[in-house]
Amino acid sequence: MNGFALWRRYARASLSGQMRYPGAFLMQMAGHLATTLMGFAAIWVLFHRFGTVRGWTVGQVALFYGLVNIQFALTETIGYGFERFGDDFLRTGAFDRLLLRPRWTVLQLLGHQFRLRPLARLAQGAAILALGLALTPVRPLPFTLPMMLWAIAGGVAFFLGVLIGQAALSFRTIESLEIVNVLTYGGVEAGQYPFDLYARWFRRLMTYAIPLGAVSYEPMLAIMGRSPHPMAATLAPAAGFAFLAIMLLYWQVAVRRHASTGS
Amino acid sequence: MIRAATPYLAAFRARWRTTMRYRAAALAGFVTQCWWGVINIMIYAAFYHGAHDAAGTAPLGLHQTVTYVWIMQGTLALMPWSCDPEIADAVRSGAVAHELLRPIDLWWWWSCRATARILGRLVPRALLIVAFAGLVLPLAGLGAWALRPPASLPDAALFALSILMGLALSASIVVLLNIVTVRTLSPAGGSAVITPLALILSGNLLPLALFPGAVQTLLILQPFAGLGDLPCRFWLGTLHGGRAILALGQQAAWIAALTLIGRAALRRALHRLEIQGG
Repeated sequence: MNGFALWRRYARASLSGQMRYPGAFLMQMAGHLATTLMGFAAIWVLFHRFGTVRGWTVGQVALFYGLVNIQFALTETIGYGFERFGDDFLRTGAFDRLLLRPRWTVLQLLGHQFRLRPLARLAQGAAILALGLALTPVRPLPFTLPMMLWAIAGGVAFFLGVLIGQAALSFRTIESLEIVNVLTYGGVEAGQYPFDLYARWFRRLMTYAIPLGAVSYEPMLAIMGRSPHPMAATLAPAAGFAFLAIMLLYWQVAVRRHASTGS
Repeated sequence: MIRAATPYLAAFRARWRTTMRYRAAALAGFVTQCWWGVINIMIYAAFYHGAHDAAGTAPLGLHQTVTYVWIMQGTLALMPWSCDPEIADAVRSGAVAHELLRPIDLWWWWSCRATARILGRLVPRALLIVAFAGLVLPLAGLGAWALRPPASLPDAALFALSILMGLALSASIVVLLNIVTVRTLSPAGGSAVITPLALILSGNLLPLALFPGAVQTLLILQPFAGLGDLPCRFWLGTLHGGRAILALGQQAAWIAALTLIGRAALRRALHRLEIQGG
């Protein structure tokens, strides 16, 4: 069985598991949809009171908001195994079982859980993005559509890289590091607004050291036709893949050094 | 009276000590919340600086909003995030049956545990945030981003009282979440509904005063305002006289209502309790 077929089988098993408690599942979906929608409601309220922010309209902010939420939601559906790695795999010793199987650890962890819950965030991200597209003029569809898909791919690579880095770090701490939340949930929070609202040190840190801006802000500027360097902005999502590659290398090194907790 | 309270105090003490052991988690929470606060402050500053006329008529000034953001970040642990994780484990394994064997009032037992856990998570994080936002930031020359002290001494006292009521309110919501977990056999559903409501309606996402004027009364009367917004208003000194009494009264009324609802729901849940596992 090839890797992808194996992953699909993992995903099916995980889906049927999640449907075992339908009451809790439905409440979870409803709640998650509400949370994410309220995030945008708060932005709407701010625009309602202040009109614009540094010349940005609510429609333009909706584009940033929708993009980063779609990126993170897609990552969350497949990356849960890494998010929970320290607590669920390392501390319990369950990771040693994964090592016994003749498959790449990353594939097995990607298949650990295919979560439905983030689909609520995905749905609202797509809805807000559509709202943004309706309110804001963007470049013609033959550019916008591939660029959007390319940016989403880069964003998923970036966020997955963050989760893999979090998991690799937990080889040292034997627990999931909540501090990485500043890049996952905090990344979504920061990416929802255009980066030129932020202080320069923050913008540089989150674009060059941690390529969140490269996968969200820059490509969206290109889509709006507002980028000062359109060529660079078009290529920027590649930084997400570079980040993922570095984190995968780090993961390989960490796995090689792994000594079991022995429990 | 004292003897009757002993088991509940013991539950409180045990839970408080356990929670205080998680120092790394408190530190991680502190860093995350500082990060969050900084992002939010930059966003608010951009909104306020961009629109001078709208900013002039806004019910909160920028420095008040900044202080509000820091209080909210410091008291984030006051939110009813989830049901008691040990109760969730007990429901999953079936060990929840043991809870019924204890010669105690289960509502008070769970409530004491919840209060201690919230307090144990709240105190270290709040102290760290106050130190960072109230002392480090002004010393670093970032006074514009700093937490300002309460408007006056009586306001500070009212803030403390209001936070304590928020603690009781949050604990009574956590007990309700425990009960939902017992009924649905999974801890995820209840908190998935309550947490987002609490975050937006407590003012954590956005100060309630910045919402449109038409919904202000409704926002102040709903229960979640007592988890953050009302204490913040006391700190900022924007509640006086009759409105202050009204705010404290609404907190007390919601604590009483949620206690009664929780006790009734618990009775019903135990009446038809399903134990899974074995």
